[in-house]
Amino acid sequence: MARTQWDAIIVGGGHNGLVCAAYLAKAGRKVLVLEKRHLLGGAAVSEELYPGFTYSACSYVVSLLRPWIIRDLELPRFGLDMIPLESSFLPLPDGRSMCRWSDAALTREEVSRFSRKDAESLGDFSMAMSKIGRFVKPIIDSPAPEPASWNPKELVSLLRLGRHFSDATVDQMELRMKLLTMSAVDFLDEWFESEELKSPMSVSGIIGTFLGVRSPGTAYVLLHHYMGEIDGAFRSWGFSRGGTGGVSNAIANSARHFGAEIRTESGIERILLDGDKATGVVLENGDELRANQVISGCDPRRTFFGLVGREHLPEDFATSLSRYRFRGSSGKVNLALDRLPEFSCRPGDAHLRGDIAIAPSIDYLERAYDEAKYGTFSRRPYINIVIPSTVDSTVAPPGKHVMSCFVQYAPYDLAEGPSHWPEKREAFGDTVIDTLEEYIPDIKKIILHRHVLTPWDLEQEYGLTEGNIFHGELTLDQMAFQRPTSGWARYRTPIRNLWLASSGAHPGGGLMGAPGALCAKAMLEARTV
Amino acid sequence: MPRPTPFHPRTAELCTSLAYKEWAGCYAVCRYDTYHDREYYALRHQATLMDATPLYKYEVRGANAVDLLSRVMVRNFAKHKVGRVSYVCWCDRDGKVLDDGTVTKLDEEHFRVTSADPSLAWLERNARGLDVTITDVSREIAALALQGPLSRDMLRPVVGAALDDLAFFRAMPVEYAVAGRKVPGIVTRTGYTGDLGYELWMANDDALLVYDAVMESGAPLGLLPMGLDALDVARVEAGFVLASVEYTSARSAFIEKQKSTPYELAFDWMVQLNRGPFIGQDALVAEKQSGPSRRLVGLEVDWNEFEAIYEGFGLVPHLTTETCRLGVPLYQSGRQVGYATSRTWSPMLKKYLALGTVEASAANVGTKLEIEVTCEYERHLATARVSPMPFFDPERKKA
Ligand SMILES: Cc1cc2nc3c(=O)[nH]c(=O)nc-3n(C[C@H](O)[C@H](O)[C@H](O)COP(=O)(O)OP(=O)(O)OC[C@H]3O[C@@H](n4cnc5c(N)ncnc54)[C@H](O)[C@@H]3O)c2cc1C
Repeated sequence: MARTQWDAIIVGGGHNGLVCAAYLAKAGRKVLVLEKRHLLGGAAVSEELYPGFTYSACSYVVSLLRPWIIRDLELPRFGLDMIPLESSFLPLPDGRSMCRWSDAALTREEVSRFSRKDAESLGDFSMAMSKIGRFVKPIIDSPAPEPASWNPKELVSLLRLGRHFSDATVDQMELRMKLLTMSAVDFLDEWFESEELKSPMSVSGIIGTFLGVRSPGTAYVLLHHYMGEIDGAFRSWGFSRGGTGGVSNAIANSARHFGAEIRTESGIERILLDGDKATGVVLENGDELRANQVISGCDPRRTFFGLVGREHLPEDFATSLSRYRFRGSSGKVNLALDRLPEFSCRPGDAHLRGDIAIAPSIDYLERAYDEAKYGTFSRRPYINIVIPSTVDSTVAPPGKHVMSCFVQYAPYDLAEGPSHWPEKREAFGDTVIDTLEEYIPDIKKIILHRHVLTPWDLEQEYGLTEGNIFHGELTLDQMAFQRPTSGWARYRTPIRNLWLASSGAHPGGGLMGAPGALCAKAMLEARTV
Repeated sequence: MPRPTPFHPRTAELCTSLAYKEWAGCYAVCRYDTYHDREYYALRHQATLMDATPLYKYEVRGANAVDLLSRVMVRNFAKHKVGRVSYVCWCDRDGKVLDDGTVTKLDEEHFRVTSADPSLAWLERNARGLDVTITDVSREIAALALQGPLSRDMLRPVVGAALDDLAFFRAMPVEYAVAGRKVPGIVTRTGYTGDLGYELWMANDDALLVYDAVMESGAPLGLLPMGLDALDVARVEAGFVLASVEYTSARSAFIEKQKSTPYELAFDWMVQLNRGPFIGQDALVAEKQSGPSRRLVGLEVDWNEFEAIYEGFGLVPHLTTETCRLGVPLYQSGRQVGYATSRTWSPMLKKYLALGTVEASAANVGTKLEIEVTCEYERHLATARVSPMPFFDPERKKA
């Protein structure tokens, strides 16, 4: 029997694997995507876990998806359909609340009830962030610079970045340095005085990290999350119609259109090697498939220690990879609701069409982190809620709703060890619901179904090592030319013909597509495929 | 959603066009009728009443109030007497304009500042260590602009004969006679129309009483309510710049080029350099010496050429009655030397006027430039001459 020889096999049908496949297929290459689960998308997936209710099981809002990828892969034509979030709502336990709207004048109005000065500074803050964003954008839209290289091309691109820096005014330089070194809270202190504004804003600095809002270095993460808002494509965070999986499905449809083949329920057991060269994959069912190039859409630890095997790796690479931090810190609770929840501090629904933050104060957030440091989930966690059914009628039956609760902190490393998570799962879910009850008194009465994901579940079910949502913490020391390790940030790996195209590669996690697209471009440019 | 000002119950009733826009978070009437012409002519022939409440307003009090304002603004307030009002701008460290507004000295240690953008944070940041308190009274104080040649006659019955002694750019405390009683407030002889006129300040609670009293007193003389469209024509005639149109605040500029200095905006007369330190001083001293690289100018478009362009298409010239804020390039002998920011037909002067910014070498009065004119989707050029400002400057303004 003639064995098919693929130009490239992509391990994992997460959105990055699919983006990579689409770019290669579009360039005329024969590609195959192999996904372990029965659904595509990895962490960007829609799942009907309760009849009639579609959960965005993991990732729940989209903003970072690169505009050039949307254009290149013609995603709107293949089903990409985004609905903008209208607001950011902060309920407070004392009956007050603050809502930030997409309408700046309305937001100023609300914020001025807490501080007129802060209302004034909102514009200055977004101006400052836009300016920094302009500086960061070229970094996330191109391969990581390699500072150790003497290749003239590298030097030119480094110089270009250098010029970005030197063009800046003193103020801008100062701001960038602050952003790189400060904590999210300290950084926000430079603009704002009211806790009620700073607290929900600061949480962007801790998402997916095992750090607190007062930990140095979190200011940068804040920007990473702010990028979507200043990028121009959506101008803000949005829901994907039909759930986040809609994005992955659009990418998959585009890839198929360009000729890629995609198979689900096709888990890979290991990557086939011939010496230090990858030659194909072995499926869990024992089948062997050959390819000129193998691309991993899985995180670095799973790829190298799981699918390749530590013994096949150069020692220095293996050592530095073993130091790459995952430290998952978040979980998820998805709920099917009989009706729209009512917040006691602000009845009605106008403010429920965006995201809702349970982040009443900075101390609350810091306390939540304190507990996690010692290996227990927060008794009163930070929760980021969205109710996409308020604007998307396809995800729940009429009058019913789905509520997605992103929860932090839920440390992968429980004091008793991560494998004790299954027995704590329901207690974790209860904590989240009890917390919600303080704001939505009748929440328990309207829950039809609940789906709790602990970091352990994220690892076991979705293949996210240590439950880290971004394939490794998005802290500065694990970014750019250091992602996943210094010297290997250009999608190539020490195994010849094996590439890394996932969130564990530059520019990192989130529903961005950039690692997948930049990997494909690097492969095509190097004419390896 | 914008919020209504205290005058909304009255203005909403009169605003038959339903044409509003948002101004500093408030509803602001663009024009009361379908066209604003009637309001414009009332302004120049009788008088008009406009709701100016959305302006940001701050009270600055304390022993160091003078020091704070002299440090933040490009003017020195040290020798100002009580009752003086000043038009002024303020800059960042680099001498780039942040905003413009007025400062009224209400008492020895008490000033009121108005501004186009929120300025509380900026004032407070620069007040550290000074004995001043700054209060944002934007939401507590309502304001009306009563402007036009008959404004004095209309206001006198409401505030008394002392009004006749109120000089240009001066303020006085008043008691408005309303519905058989008196309510306190302040009247300043200021405005944004370049005409004789007053601005009336009062507590929100008294706003409707004062509105009714002035409307009643003015009605026999032809008083009309006026919206922002007519004002926009009048302020170009008067040569007044508008923040976010003629210039971008240094706070919201994305690039250096978008920022302006007071000299570029032709605010030379208001900058007082030789005194104690103030924000932007070093940069402004340097610029004063080298001269600004560009200047704000007034322009008069050659009507014959303008007409000829339209004639070429078999059309008669057409201009909208509103001021057009769509920027167009300005050329000198074919090379672009600047841009026009506001263009308007002046019904009083019967001239097509523009405000623009040009290279300093092209800014002298009389310089012949060309302005872009788009007719039937085709681009043409017409002569535009740099002209003295204000374009419209009646004697009654200061008399
Ligand atoms: C709970 C949660 C909430 C999040 N919220 C957001 C959000 O709101 N917005 C945002 O932008 N980002 C969010 N993220 C992050 C974002 O979802 C991820 O960074 C991104 O989806 C990762 O995409 P990927 O393609 O790089 O990897 P993955 O999505 O992890 O894809 C890897 C794929 O490989 C498959 N796989 C694993 N092992 C094998 C094997 N042996 N054989 C075959 N296939 C295999 C997996 O099943 C998976 O499909 C969230 C993540 C989580 C977990």
